[in-house]
Amino acid sequence: MNYADLFRVTLPETALEIAALLVLIVDLGFLRKLALKVRVAVAALLGVTGCGAALWAIYAVYPSTMDLVPLDIGVQLNMFTVVPQTGILVLTAVSLLLFIDSDFTCNVGEYAAVVLMAAAGGLLVASAHDLLVIFIGLELLSLGLYILTAFAKKSGKSAEAALKYYLFGGMSAAFLLFGFSYLYGLSGSTNIYEIQRTITISGSSPLFIVAWILVVAGLGFKVAVVPFHLWAPDTYEGAPAPAAAFIASVSKVASFALLLTLSLAWFMPNWMVEGDKVTLGRYFQSLYQTWPPLAIILLVVAVASMILGNLAALAQVSVRRLLAYSAIAHAGYILLGIAVMPSLSVFEGNGFSYHIVWMLARRSAAAVLYYILTYGLTTIGAFGVVSVVERATGSDRLDSFLGLHKRNPLLASVLGVLFLSLAGIPPLVGFWAKFNLFAAVLGVSAGPVPFALVALAVAMSAVSLYYYLQVLKRAYVMPAVDETPIKAHPVTLAVLVAIAAAVVVLGCFPALLQGWIESFYPR
Amino acid sequence: MLAWTIYLSFAGALVLALLPKGKPALARWLALVMTIAGLALAVQGFIAGMGQGRIVLIDLPWVPSMGIHFLLAADGISRVLVLLTGLAAVAGVLFSWNIELRTNEFFAFYLALIGGVYGVFLSFDLFLLFVFYEIAIVPKYFLIAIWGSTRREYAAMKLAIYSFAGSAMVLIGLLAAYATAGSHSTGLIELTHANLPVSFQMWCFPLVFTGFAILAGMWPFHTWAPTGHVAAPTAASMLLAGVVMKLGAYGCLRVGIALFPRGLDPWGFSFIGIGSWRDVFAVLAVIGIVYGALVALAQTDFKFVIGYSSVSHMGFVLLGLMTLNQIGITGAVMQMSSHGIIAGLLFAIVGRIVYDRTHTRQLAELETMHLSKRLPFAAGAFVVAGIASIGMPGFSGFVAELQVLVGAWIAKPWWALVAGVGIVVGVAYTWRAMQKAFFADTLPTPDEHRTGWPKCAAITWPEITGVGLLAGVSLFVGLYPKILLDAIEPAVKALLAGGVQ
Repeated sequence: MNYADLFRVTLPETALEIAALLVLIVDLGFLRKLALKVRVAVAALLGVTGCGAALWAIYAVYPSTMDLVPLDIGVQLNMFTVVPQTGILVLTAVSLLLFIDSDFTCNVGEYAAVVLMAAAGGLLVASAHDLLVIFIGLELLSLGLYILTAFAKKSGKSAEAALKYYLFGGMSAAFLLFGFSYLYGLSGSTNIYEIQRTITISGSSPLFIVAWILVVAGLGFKVAVVPFHLWAPDTYEGAPAPAAAFIASVSKVASFALLLTLSLAWFMPNWMVEGDKVTLGRYFQSLYQTWPPLAIILLVVAVASMILGNLAALAQVSVRRLLAYSAIAHAGYILLGIAVMPSLSVFEGNGFSYHIVWMLARRSAAAVLYYILTYGLTTIGAFGVVSVVERATGSDRLDSFLGLHKRNPLLASVLGVLFLSLAGIPPLVGFWAKFNLFAAVLGVSAGPVPFALVALAVAMSAVSLYYYLQVLKRAYVMPAVDETPIKAHPVTLAVLVAIAAAVVVLGCFPALLQGWIESFYPR
Repeated sequence: MLAWTIYLSFAGALVLALLPKGKPALARWLALVMTIAGLALAVQGFIAGMGQGRIVLIDLPWVPSMGIHFLLAADGISRVLVLLTGLAAVAGVLFSWNIELRTNEFFAFYLALIGGVYGVFLSFDLFLLFVFYEIAIVPKYFLIAIWGSTRREYAAMKLAIYSFAGSAMVLIGLLAAYATAGSHSTGLIELTHANLPVSFQMWCFPLVFTGFAILAGMWPFHTWAPTGHVAAPTAASMLLAGVVMKLGAYGCLRVGIALFPRGLDPWGFSFIGIGSWRDVFAVLAVIGIVYGALVALAQTDFKFVIGYSSVSHMGFVLLGLMTLNQIGITGAVMQMSSHGIIAGLLFAIVGRIVYDRTHTRQLAELETMHLSKRLPFAAGAFVVAGIASIGMPGFSGFVAELQVLVGAWIAKPWWALVAGVGIVVGVAYTWRAMQKAFFADTLPTPDEHRTGWPKCAAITWPEITGVGLLAGVSLFVGLYPKILLDAIEPAVKALLAGGVQ
């Protein structure tokens, strides 16, 4: 191992950690006596600067670290990590900007520092390919999230949500670690490419499936898919709004990036050039043996999430819980994209070369990333709107949105754009994300099963429109009970409008983001 | 130039949404100017396109890596329907002249809906078509839910759910067709020439066709239509019946039939005389014709009569499509434009001219009101519209329905026979409604003798203009159908020949 390489590869994380320390020093050392508003603003701005620095670090470094063979260093910084890492940093910055308006805590330095450290954990998760590093990154991220959930010390709900989140999280971490220990036991290595190579050569064993189930349980908790979703509604409801926005977006991006890394490892032909004299036929044979059981486990979880998430959301009266269940449903769609990797088609036609398989796998990955990034952005905006309404009315119930179009027309139109985008109405970005994802699913794998799955997903997203419309109906249609205007902090409003504008622009010109992502996942 | 109908409508919607509140007159005039400009562009495009085939208006790569193009084009069918949309839009604005609540938002949603409709008729890329199709659905919900009447929230949600269920089916078909054709392009022409396998077309055709036909009011998925029409504010019901239902029928033709022609082939076996998807949908269409007419006959609410008559008339469109012959499909397109005008006129009379003055739509109450004497203009207009609606020669409906019936007779005579029954019942329910609403000979009560009838508000100029416009166009098309037929026939011929013109 070369420590200079390691330092270069982890430069973005380092930048974030330095920013976290700086925030603490500045806030605790110099700003202690100043007004809360000033401290919040300074902390948030420092945090955003830190994200900017980390972003710069990524783009400065990755061209030189791209070709590092990721075998002996536990992390990598290459084409495949740039997109999720950029997403994590941008979303972190946006959620910090939404923090500017908050008054739920007076420990602002600590809040910003924890956010930045959690984001560093997210970066690590998105770039790791060694089980130990993965686990450390996940714990760094998760511990940060538990603290953030509990940050509103005056709110009983916040404490309750944090405890639930923490207990579930601890258990899922145990599952994950247990699964990792099996993987290590089976292969004698903690490097995922090494593991894949060993398992490909020695053949799959039932224990391997058990290990994968345990891993899926652990990661399924992070991304909140059925049946590991129970923490999500409570946490989304109890956590302070900026923290909830962070949990709903950044941690999702990081966890899905990890799932992608784990899944892509099975399709990555890297190891073939590594000296093992494994033939192409063996490659396909191993895929045939190892991938489908893994895919089926993911599919079961995905289908259950789509159905249960959407149906449960129908019955919610709290908008935050509604967003939580809709997040579960969205996680189901995304998992569909990961689960239907080129597996099925490979075995039908034998004329596939591994280049095509690998190309299709990258296509799925690009579609999944597009979805999760745009979803993260939209959902942060949705939480921003909810928090403004909540502070004005004291509750996040559906009825507190009554007459929003009169109380704050701009906020109402932002809400309209974001929720319609979540529902997948063109020309907003949510529609394009869905179309792209489903087209990728069908494009990489033909046959009745993918068709049926996509049909189910489309039908379920038609169902989802009902509950999104329930919110919009209150904002636009039903008569207002209280017509006093709702005031929002100018920065919050500006951020929300910018998010809505991005949702519209990216939806009208999908090729912008699509092209950028695909430049890292070339066809 | 035709493409500007879309841009202009969306720009108008944006401007109106940003307009300061409390200036209803400005909003109205702005909306009127925008729709008239749209109509002018449509007329210009129609005249310029006479005798020509498909004209590409704009073709830009939209998502190059997936072969999606921003491709707007117009053939004869598109030009006729764009013209219809322009007309309906202008008339709709005229009949919403009395909207006082949130006027600027009303017209913003209205123009957004119109823009989506123009977009669907002009898209020759399936993805783009779908985008516009969905854009047209959302404003409908808000138009009905905010400005509607009777059970408006229920009706609006029902309509939204039906529409999105339909468009979900279309989206599945779109994704499936795109993937099956090799994920190269979503252009309608490219997909038509992609040689989609017959087995695929066999399941994708009914899916897509049903998805679109839900919006066209096909029995038994029609129930959103009467409730939606009744709850909607006048302009919205004019648009719903006038153009939005045509979106569905247009989709059935342009996407369902043109893209999956083999999906209409016989199955190879038959069950009680039904041996293909074509038979299935034709039977549903015929049932819709007769059922809609019979239910209209039994209604006590004036607007429900018109609502169910729309289901019946749209049945003719679907039947015409299923004849799969030149004359039948031409008739279907004619019926689309004809019904768009006539239904708009009927809804305007019932929902605006009569209801806003009497505040009731119950036929039993209207019977006692002597409307033929108190509102002679409304009575006269309804007689004209009723005559047009039952398909009397001289009006556009006659040409259209005759062609559909001839086409159906060529395809399968019994379809034409049953549909003919629907026409007869159509005469009955129109006459019944007309008689009850306007010409009932109940005697005035003693009170009314003493005091006279309470005054009805005078008929306003937008109403007269709107009625004149719609009735005039229906009459003109009825007397000189060649003007539309010349545009429609070559386009239908090209479409049937297995390609797009």
